Amino acid sequence: MNLCVNDLSFSYGKHLPLVLDDVSFSVKEGDLLAVLGPNGVGKSTMFRCILGFLRNYSGEILLNGVNIKTLTHKQIAKQVAYIPQSTHPVFNYSVLDVVLMGVTNQLSLLSAPNQKHIDMASAAMDSLGISHLRNAGYGEISGGERQLTLIARALVQKAKVLIMDEPTANLDYGNQFRVMCRISDLAKEGYIIILSTHNPDHAFLYANRVLMIQGGKVIADGCPDDVLDAKLIKDVYNVDVHIEEFQSETRHHKLCIPKNGGVGKSE
Amino acid sequence: MPEPVEFLTVRNRKLPNYKLRFILLILAAVACIMISFVVGRFTICIGDVLQILMSALLSAVYGCISFVLSPFPAIQNTVLGFLSPFFVSVEAWDYAMYSVVVNIRLPRILAALLVGAALSTAGAAYQGMFQNPLVSPDILGASAGAGFGACLAIYLSLGGWMVTIFAFAGGLIAVLVAYVVSRLTKGSATLSMVLAGILVGSLFSASTSYIKLVADTTEQLPEITYWLMGSLAGATMKDVIFAGIIIILGTLPIFLLRWRMNVLTLGEDEAKSMGVNTNRLRFVVIVCATLITAVAVSISGIIGWVGLVIPHFCRMLFGYDYRRIIPAAIIMGGGFLLLVDDFARTIATTEVPIGILTAFVGAPIFAYLLMMGGKRS
Repeated sequence: MNLCVNDLSFSYGKHLPLVLDDVSFSVKEGDLLAVLGPNGVGKSTMFRCILGFLRNYSGEILLNGVNIKTLTHKQIAKQVAYIPQSTHPVFNYSVLDVVLMGVTNQLSLLSAPNQKHIDMASAAMDSLGISHLRNAGYGEISGGERQLTLIARALVQKAKVLIMDEPTANLDYGNQFRVMCRISDLAKEGYIIILSTHNPDHAFLYANRVLMIQGGKVIADGCPDDVLDAKLIKDVYNVDVHIEEFQSETRHHKLCIPKNGGVGKSE
Repeated sequence: MPEPVEFLTVRNRKLPNYKLRFILLILAAVACIMISFVVGRFTICIGDVLQILMSALLSAVYGCISFVLSPFPAIQNTVLGFLSPFFVSVEAWDYAMYSVVVNIRLPRILAALLVGAALSTAGAAYQGMFQNPLVSPDILGASAGAGFGACLAIYLSLGGWMVTIFAFAGGLIAVLVAYVVSRLTKGSATLSMVLAGILVGSLFSASTSYIKLVADTTEQLPEITYWLMGSLAGATMKDVIFAGIIIILGTLPIFLLRWRMNVLTLGEDEAKSMGVNTNRLRFVVIVCATLITAVAVSISGIIGWVGLVIPHFCRMLFGYDYRRIIPAAIIMGGGFLLLVDDFARTIATTEVPIGILTAFVGAPIFAYLLMMGGKRS
């Protein structure tokens, strides 16, 4: 299983500037790719192209060598799942119902999920540690729990590529790590994970690949420890940072620490 | 298997017994039907009602059998001869009583059930398709559009089928315009949809007023005016059969697609990412919902509030899953409108238009729901 994006360019109108400008990268099984970049830089647009929502781009997106422009939404959904930012839902479905919606792709037009699908949903909820929320209202649980519910839904969808739009946005400090841990476990199980984040530390801690996008262009691509440095972060976010290293019992870590509280006078 | 995630909120709830609630709902609807046959200017005791209905049903069966077997006179005679002792002939009943039950109350009861079910189903469908719990056939302007179409047909002296077709066209145009206008405005989608619906609704009401102005004052105007207020008094068995067939045909796709409607309530992108053909599904459901609204409007006039309030009640009792909401809306909507219609015809010596009553009942209930909703969030 692999996903290749070649020379992807996109703009929202003929005379509007390019949102994505010649973006190329490829990911394979087990990769956890963190896409970094300032707000409005084209991360979400890129996701929307990969998911097949936007089709009038130039370049090509290949799923196992097949151009996704030739696939229907139903066919894409079999391989790529989307985990949006968890917003407050309009209708307060139970957590089980939300997870079950992931099986829609495997159902014929007029049928509804049966016991087999419910068992699949239960297994997915078990694997993410949220089975105790089964009957809770999706609108009443915390942001982190909602995020895990959406991940369970993606697992039930049986797609191998998971696209996550800022999975840790709006989560409190603890929930961010709980959600990221689960996500990195999934990558170890062989899923391909592409997520956007605003936190370079998350890239250091969990990702094995990082893609830095600025002005629609890829300006860095590689292992976080290799490519994420103070200069890059200064260039992209205009923040002076130290990249500190330390050794814990289990592994070597890098961390990003802002100088002078972040936005000091430039020296 | 990982340990359960320790989040701050660990809440689970026991699901209510939905099966039991469905059984109670059906029993309540059946009770409403029984009461509706009994009450009225003539009070007819329930035993007589049941016997009259049974004999009407049996004579209908008798008629069918004799019609089907008519090419084979020999078989027909034997079968009918064998069956005849089981039938009580119509003459055995007080004719007035029989006529009240079979010719007046039965079509009216069926009309109330159909119209109530249609408006509630359409309301639930619109709410899901537009991801907006505040829309309904009347708020979207569908009822006003259908009303205008029907008035236009009455004004042009077109009868029967044409009224329904004009109503359908008017309703569909209204929903499309409301949808397009709301998509083109900036700001909260929920609010702009409601405002666009009000805009479209008032345009169509104004057009209807204009038709009233130019309509023939002796025949057309009273017909239009009375009909617009919403009434089931004029429903005949012919109307009911015609409307019934279309409402069943229009409700069927909504009923069968109800699982997918759940997915579409999550929004365009999420539904697409789960492999749902969102444009086709939304189109089918909206056209069907508008069709059944139009048919309901064309037999009963504009009856407001049912399509807004009943789906909310269904959610309170049956949760948010459309697999339960649609059947619940059909039963509850039918039963509710029937009950209101009973009041409409018994509350005063002259009949009160049902549209007025549903507003008196629906508006306070909805205000209450809004306040409860506000507390929750």
